[in-house]
Amino acid sequence: MALSGGADRGSHSMDKSITLPPDEIFRNLENAKRFAIDIGGSLTKLAYYSTVQHKVAKVRSFDHSAKVSLQETDGDPLYEISVQEEITARLHFIKFENAYIETCLDFIKDHLVNTETKVIKATGGGAYKFKDLIEKKLKLKVDKEDEMTCLIKGCNFVLKNIPHEAFVYAKHADSEFRFQNTHPDIFPYLLINIGSGVSIVKVEAEDKFERIGGSSIGGGTFWGLGALLTKTKRFDELLQLASKGQHTNVDMLVKDIYGGAYGSLGLTGDLIASSFGKSATTDKEFSKEDMAKSLLHMISNDIGQLACLYAKLHNLTRVYFGGFFIRGHPVTMHTITYSINFFTKGEVQALFLRHEGYLGAIGAFLKGAEEDNPNQYSWGENYAGSSGLMSVSPDLNPVQRARSGTFDMLEMDRLERQLVNLPLLQDPTSYIPDTVDLTEDALAREYWLYCFEEALDGVVKRAIASQKDQPEAAERAEKFRQKYCHKLQTLRHQPFAYGSLTVRSLLDTREHCLNEFNFPDPYSKIKQKENDMALKYYLKVVKSFEELSWEQRQFTLVKGLLAGNVFDWGAKAVSEPWLVDAYNQWIERLKGPPHKCALFFVDNSGIDIILGVFPFIRELLIRGTEVVLASNSGPALNDVTNSELQILTERIAAMDPVIHRLDKVLATVVRERGTDLVIIEGMGRAIHTNYYAMLSCESLKLAVIKNSWLAERLGGKIFSVVFKYEVPSKAQGQH
Amino acid sequence: MSKITLPAYANVYISEGKKPFPWFGMDIGGTLVKLVYFEPKDITAEEEQEEVENLKSIRRYLTSNTAYGKTGVRDVHLELRNLTICGRTGNLHFIRFPTVAMHRFIQMGRDKHFSSLHTTLCATGGGAYKFENDFRTMADLELLKLDELDCLIQGLLYIDSVGFNGHPECYYFENPSDTQNCIKRPCCLDNLFPMLLVNIGSGVSILAVNEKDSYKRVTGTSLGGGTFLGLCCLLTGCETFEEALEMASKGDSTNVDKLVKDIYGGDYQRFGLQGSAVASSFGHMMSKEKRDSISKEDLARATLVTITNNIGSIARMCAVNEPGDQAALYRAFRVYRIPSEQKLPTISREYMKIERVVFVGNFLRINTVSTKLLAYAMDFWSKGQLKALFLEHEGYFGAVGAFLELLKSAKVRRGGVKPDSLSMQAFLLCQAMYHVTSPKSCLAFEYF
Repeated sequence: MALSGGADRGSHSMDKSITLPPDEIFRNLENAKRFAIDIGGSLTKLAYYSTVQHKVAKVRSFDHSAKVSLQETDGDPLYEISVQEEITARLHFIKFENAYIETCLDFIKDHLVNTETKVIKATGGGAYKFKDLIEKKLKLKVDKEDEMTCLIKGCNFVLKNIPHEAFVYAKHADSEFRFQNTHPDIFPYLLINIGSGVSIVKVEAEDKFERIGGSSIGGGTFWGLGALLTKTKRFDELLQLASKGQHTNVDMLVKDIYGGAYGSLGLTGDLIASSFGKSATTDKEFSKEDMAKSLLHMISNDIGQLACLYAKLHNLTRVYFGGFFIRGHPVTMHTITYSINFFTKGEVQALFLRHEGYLGAIGAFLKGAEEDNPNQYSWGENYAGSSGLMSVSPDLNPVQRARSGTFDMLEMDRLERQLVNLPLLQDPTSYIPDTVDLTEDALAREYWLYCFEEALDGVVKRAIASQKDQPEAAERAEKFRQKYCHKLQTLRHQPFAYGSLTVRSLLDTREHCLNEFNFPDPYSKIKQKENDMALKYYLKVVKSFEELSWEQRQFTLVKGLLAGNVFDWGAKAVSEPWLVDAYNQWIERLKGPPHKCALFFVDNSGIDIILGVFPFIRELLIRGTEVVLASNSGPALNDVTNSELQILTERIAAMDPVIHRLDKVLATVVRERGTDLVIIEGMGRAIHTNYYAMLSCESLKLAVIKNSWLAERLGGKIFSVVFKYEVPSKAQGQH
Repeated sequence: MSKITLPAYANVYISEGKKPFPWFGMDIGGTLVKLVYFEPKDITAEEEQEEVENLKSIRRYLTSNTAYGKTGVRDVHLELRNLTICGRTGNLHFIRFPTVAMHRFIQMGRDKHFSSLHTTLCATGGGAYKFENDFRTMADLELLKLDELDCLIQGLLYIDSVGFNGHPECYYFENPSDTQNCIKRPCCLDNLFPMLLVNIGSGVSILAVNEKDSYKRVTGTSLGGGTFLGLCCLLTGCETFEEALEMASKGDSTNVDKLVKDIYGGDYQRFGLQGSAVASSFGHMMSKEKRDSISKEDLARATLVTITNNIGSIARMCAVNEPGDQAALYRAFRVYRIPSEQKLPTISREYMKIERVVFVGNFLRINTVSTKLLAYAMDFWSKGQLKALFLEHEGYFGAVGAFLELLKSAKVRRGGVKPDSLSMQAFLLCQAMYHVTSPKSCLAFEYF
């Protein structure tokens, strides 16, 4: 089935037929509930809550209690892996042109089965217009919500939940989009919503906001006045015209009046003294492009100026811009940014939002879902199901532009637990986990995209191998390949699609795509095998270490950590000298008093965790340091997962009295136990991310660089060792 | 005695008390040139005889006509009569013509041998810089260039102080929020400072004036008179400001603008927005039907209302944002000579707020739609805290300021001629040659 637009498309020539099958757009409708709709002047945004059933890999410990010694378990796996169905909550947001409303409502009606939903929350100017249609088609009562309230609610939600939601636009920079770090406290901020008019809203808390001002000169003025001046009907076409025009032909500049700059006031000659001033004094004809450009400048500058005046009056520096005038249009983002820079002399930056178009729908949805307390949870953008930011820049190829004109999706998964910053970060506001921003670093981007493409075949094979018993696994794996391949293609053209592109986000995207096709943990079997094998050697290794002198033992333990970390890539030895070598400082520290509590972020399964990490922490425990092990909650490559780690710890604790278990919410533990040492292991945690993270306590970052390109970039060789021991400057004084 | 060539300012200084005519002040803006001319009425028979022919012809030409060429106009209704200035009594005339006619004007200066007259042509506005070379090469005239904002303020304060032929120069609107009972009332500019001065020419400059010699340009906007006229010309095909205003006076902007009630059916109570407030200027014009059904008059009116409201909005924000200068405030409160070691009580921000917004500039000429709208906007949005004031000689203050500089042109001026060693030499030279001792003339050199 394919949808096609029923309404008159006017002179617009873009092909509007939907190429994606609609069940890939309105997904998970079976259990959908809590519908909300935001109907704007040209776009409709639909929101609903649904549940997704997907497979997860579970590990369950076999009962070994009957067996007294380790030897007796020889040959038996430590735990069993089972794939279970799990239900998680997902938010769906879909954006499409108003012309599709009827067809879309029909589709939703046909697919909505298990819902007890009676009402649909509605907002936006068009909500009134389409009220009857919605009620008739969906048999749901339309419940209108205040537009501004929805907008703010939505804005708060995306700012809190989506990393890199806000960005600064820099037209001429290497990367047009400079994504902002998520600030733990998003308030207060100013939201300038440029719809047909302009609303300026000050937001101080989740439910506290005030419209402090506005202007009637907004998007409607650009569109209306532009249509009169250029006889061009569509907003997008007006922007196209504007992007080609020269405003200096229409505007009176300072130099037109002064012959040059107005030096004593610091006004440059190119500054616009009077918008459209030349059309008052010259009788010539002006081109459509030039008039559109002049109009765009006039309106953007005016809004920028007012925004700055309000920001100054209320002493606010975070100023977000939204509304259809902005909506991803590089031309308007550029002129607004320029204007804000000019009027605040660079003190305030204009910020834009990746999901700006969804704010109203998200807000309306949240209003309707208040009893589910969605704000209580953390939600994460699902990269597999979300379209990402589409640039509508005229320079981009028409295929992408056409896509942005049809359907756009945002899906968010409810995370198992609320995400918070590690309390040990020196400055959470400036914490940027990722070492290299691939959005800005074109060379690195090329390399990593290539890497992930190259690795795709292997991942597909492994995925199939992890589900040998299921005959359709190959087919699913192929679908996964296509999906991820497509994502990589998109990211090659639009690296900004999901915020800052990083090695981490590339990995996350792959996990999301794997999950999408029910490959919850392709590495589970390999991990299981490796864990079982390593366990057999644990006591032997520990014993051999005990025979060494203290100095020797410390070095062997560190080498063990590094060797375990390198093993999975088949390296025989690490490169000498170490790239970052703080070993001596670390040993000196160990001669001092024991740490109170160490927090260890572990990496791989198998040898790494069992023969590298456990002997190492054992030594710490003997010293009198408490140890907290932190691992991934979900699978990622051969990383040890939390549930696997629990079984492993239990098992090791059973044979080694030095090890005992601890399981509590990490952030609380860190605070309660007075953590004074953080150990971060592995490339993913210590190099790709956190390499520059400053902690408020001592830290040890160790990894083997298992990638020649990265090693070279950091000035070393493949299998170079990074052993970074850092003491925060404040603590240093105390020692 | 050998002829000594002196710099222009010294030249003026020499003639202190008996400055040679003609007395002009000129403000060359982006769209209009404003000219003030002092017509002496106390010319003695002796002077009459001595008066050179071309000077006489200039005087006759300017005072006997009210229109010059196709586009020059003398605003007879603004003429200031029986003005005594620098010991002379006469009438001050206000003349304007479009800047596009500037070259014709310079040619006229050449034809009338203006350069042979013993006067300095004091000019302000951007055109003083832009046309300086043309004056020099085409008419052998040196301009004394003056900063336009300095001139604007000095001119304004002067006209306000002499009044408008016995009436106050300043006026405001009583009941600004009531269109039926909104009445223009004259008023005196007592307690003038601090004030916000909004000069609406082709573009707009907004100044915070703390006292006579202390001001700063707060901001400006490119949406000004030029934008109104420019857009009107494009939208309606009109050609002059008068035409555009005439159309605007007959139009209805609500056919063009989208109001709050057009979107919300009535008031937007959540935010206290009245249904009659404009939500989107030209917002109705997004629809083709509406575009086809409106008149040129409606478009002209909407353009006027849009530009005016926007200026009002920015001016109001500037007024509330300007913290005001503490020192100036003390002076305004007549708190003089406070010993420096004594700690001054801090005056809260509330008291330092600017309460008066003075609108000037030629955009307001014959434009009661805008003046009333500005008065209303200031009053409404500030909940009565801000008062909009207007001046009868709307756009001429810059020219008046330039004219005043002619009469004391050796004073320090920003952007104009700066005192330097040469002027010091000139002063000493003058002193030696002319034995100038009068304290008044020394004022001209107070920067020493």
